[in-house]
Amino acid sequence: MSSAALETKETVAGLGEKYKYGFVTDIEMERAPKGLSEDTVRYISAKKGEQEWMLEWRLAAFRRWLSMKEPNWARVRYPAIDYQNAYYYAAPKNTPLKQSLDEVDPKLLETYKKLGIPLHEQMALAGVAVDAVFDSVSVATTFKEKLNEAGVIFCPMSEAIRDYPELVKKYLGSVVPVTDNFFATLNSAVFSDGTFVYVPKGVRCPMELSTYFRINASETGQFERTIIVADEGSYVSYLEGCTAPKRDENQLHAAVVELVALDNAEIKYSTVQNWYPGDENGLGGIYNFVTKRGDCRGVRSKISWTQVETGSAITWKYPSCILRGDESVGEFYSIAIANNFQQADTGTKMIHLGKNTRSRIIAKGISAGKAQNTYRGLVSVYGKAENARNFTQCDSLLIGRDCGAHTVPYIESRNPSARIEHEATTSKIAEDQLFYCLQRGIAQEEAVALIVNGFCKEVLQQLPMEFAVEAQKLVGISLEGSVG
Amino acid sequence: MLDIKNLHVTVAGKEILRGLNLRVDAGQVHAIMGPNGSGKSTLSYVLAGRAGYEITEGSMTYNGENLAALPPEQRAAKGVFLAMQYPVEIPGVTTMMFLKSALNAQRRGRGESEMDAIGILKTVRKKAAALNISEDMLKRALNVGFSGGEKKRLEILQMSLFEPKLAILDETDSGLDIDALRLVAEGVNSLRAPERAMLVITHYQRLLDYIVPDRIHVLANGRIVAEGGKELALELEAKGYEQIVKDAA
Ligand SMILES: Nc1ncnc2c1ncn2[C@@H]1O[C@H](COP(=O)(O)OP(=O)(O)OP(=O)(O)O)[C@@H](O)[C@H]1O
Ligand SMILES: [Mg+2]
Repeated sequence: MSSAALETKETVAGLGEKYKYGFVTDIEMERAPKGLSEDTVRYISAKKGEQEWMLEWRLAAFRRWLSMKEPNWARVRYPAIDYQNAYYYAAPKNTPLKQSLDEVDPKLLETYKKLGIPLHEQMALAGVAVDAVFDSVSVATTFKEKLNEAGVIFCPMSEAIRDYPELVKKYLGSVVPVTDNFFATLNSAVFSDGTFVYVPKGVRCPMELSTYFRINASETGQFERTIIVADEGSYVSYLEGCTAPKRDENQLHAAVVELVALDNAEIKYSTVQNWYPGDENGLGGIYNFVTKRGDCRGVRSKISWTQVETGSAITWKYPSCILRGDESVGEFYSIAIANNFQQADTGTKMIHLGKNTRSRIIAKGISAGKAQNTYRGLVSVYGKAENARNFTQCDSLLIGRDCGAHTVPYIESRNPSARIEHEATTSKIAEDQLFYCLQRGIAQEEAVALIVNGFCKEVLQQLPMEFAVEAQKLVGISLEGSVG
Repeated sequence: MLDIKNLHVTVAGKEILRGLNLRVDAGQVHAIMGPNGSGKSTLSYVLAGRAGYEITEGSMTYNGENLAALPPEQRAAKGVFLAMQYPVEIPGVTTMMFLKSALNAQRRGRGESEMDAIGILKTVRKKAAALNISEDMLKRALNVGFSGGEKKRLEILQMSLFEPKLAILDETDSGLDIDALRLVAEGVNSLRAPERAMLVITHYQRLLDYIVPDRIHVLANGRIVAEGGKELALELEAKGYEQIVKDAA
């Protein structure tokens, strides 16, 4: 930690700012006309060369969306979003799907390199395949051939719609229905890309899969859709990372992620969310309104969500599990850090439908500055879910006096055999802990990073090795300047 | 090495140290004894630079430098070490990780290069074995669930790892069994060196059988009220503080 923390501090100091991903790539873009209408939906669909069925699906979603209201139950405050004053599609010019990395615009390759994600396979992280999504389109996907050999489909969503329409039709909207909620319905109308993963029966995906989302264009929203299907007895581990430039404006990111695990399959989904959080005065930052849900459709299937949420001005996100298959397992491991004026309202839903289903929730919230951090969770046990088990642990850590931590757990049980345990703690970084570190020579910022990393350990441990160190550094950076 | 003159210290608006004078030269071991609440821990905290301990009068000079002007982590880098009366727990941070972070932070503070993880691991293992600290303890979260004696031994391990110039031991002997006491004393004695000074705070003469001090000071009501050689400890044991304080008055 010590050297990792120092290294990050130096990198950040070198850049003269706290958010090191705040640069803008200067590249010629093609955009849809500003605003949102049926024409916008048609424009996106045409850009993607979609067939009629997909366009109809989008239009139905759009018409539905017109009659919906933005939700207001979350503990977040922001000025009304003007949906007509944004672009819904922005793509680097002349970047249709590339067959080889050599065809990708060097500026894009450079951008990802700067973000620490080398796309050239020979330089890439060993054992990690990457899909790179830049604004509204996927610009590169690595290790596709190697994955194909194993029968694994790993491709941009737009490619999947074109090449695997039957699979897409079967699973699109099957976990998060078109009508699910305001933001999910909006996404259904205008989603432009994302990642599609299918792991066939009995296959253990030979490498980690990941998608790096980058918002670059100004006044543009990013709406991606990700579907991961793990067929019977298969296993896949997937990670997404997100960054955006520093801007005074707020930009909307409304993604939908659908996971399906069939009999005996397991999906491990990890997120390191580092969208631009806004500045120390609360100016700018991404509005992150995301719907993520996993369906443990098969018996003994398992879905595990791990998230490290450090960015965004507003986070509204509840990765959930529907435990439909008997003996299925859902897990949610979360670290949510809110500093300065950030607002996070995040948590999970565990819906127990099948017998002997089990769920586990470990949520660590850290608030600093003037931030508000809310854990919102639902554990619901249906009548037929004999012997359902849930364990929930929510720990909040406060740094300073002007921030807030809130825990809102809902529990509904319609089966008397259910066993639900809930533990919650709120603590501060104790003065004696800080003094102990200082006395041993560890300066304040490193001490805070060390203590907070310790507080989050159970969750950090869940991340794939390749990303755990990165996430640890991020935890330290996000809290810089929060003490003293 | 350490020269404290007429030190007055206030905690939470209450004056705890009231004109304390103390001088410790390099190569010496001094013991501080005194009744509960007399200000021994307060003295150790103020030397280490804990927030909330306000110096209202007097001075503390360490190797010619005004100690009060240095932030606590720089004091540590310059060789001030405090083995605390109540070591603190830090959940989720393994002991090994903490030792590594601290050692390298001190080295950086002195402008030295960092020590690599393997080098540190080897050194720590060797020193831990001498103090009967198991591998398992090094893997556990810092002080979390450690017994009182284990916490104290870990403080001594840190002392022997950091090799401070001025080591202050605040009741390191309390809560130790006889064997551990001997181990700790051996650890302390092996660090005795011409360039190093130690300030040992204790309630028990027993420790001073193992760590023979050059000088003993009695602290009462925020002042040094009596001083003497190692025989003073025996006198204290026989008469109790009350008498000594009276005699001194
Ligand atoms: N934060 C504080 N607020 C108020 N009083 C304090 C505070 N810290 C210390 N004191 C008081 O200062 C006095 C000296 O305390 P200190 O811990 O230095 O005593 P000590 O000599 O180390 O005692 P012991 O032998 O019991 O360890 C005590 O009366 C204690 O209650
Ligand atoms: Mg004390």
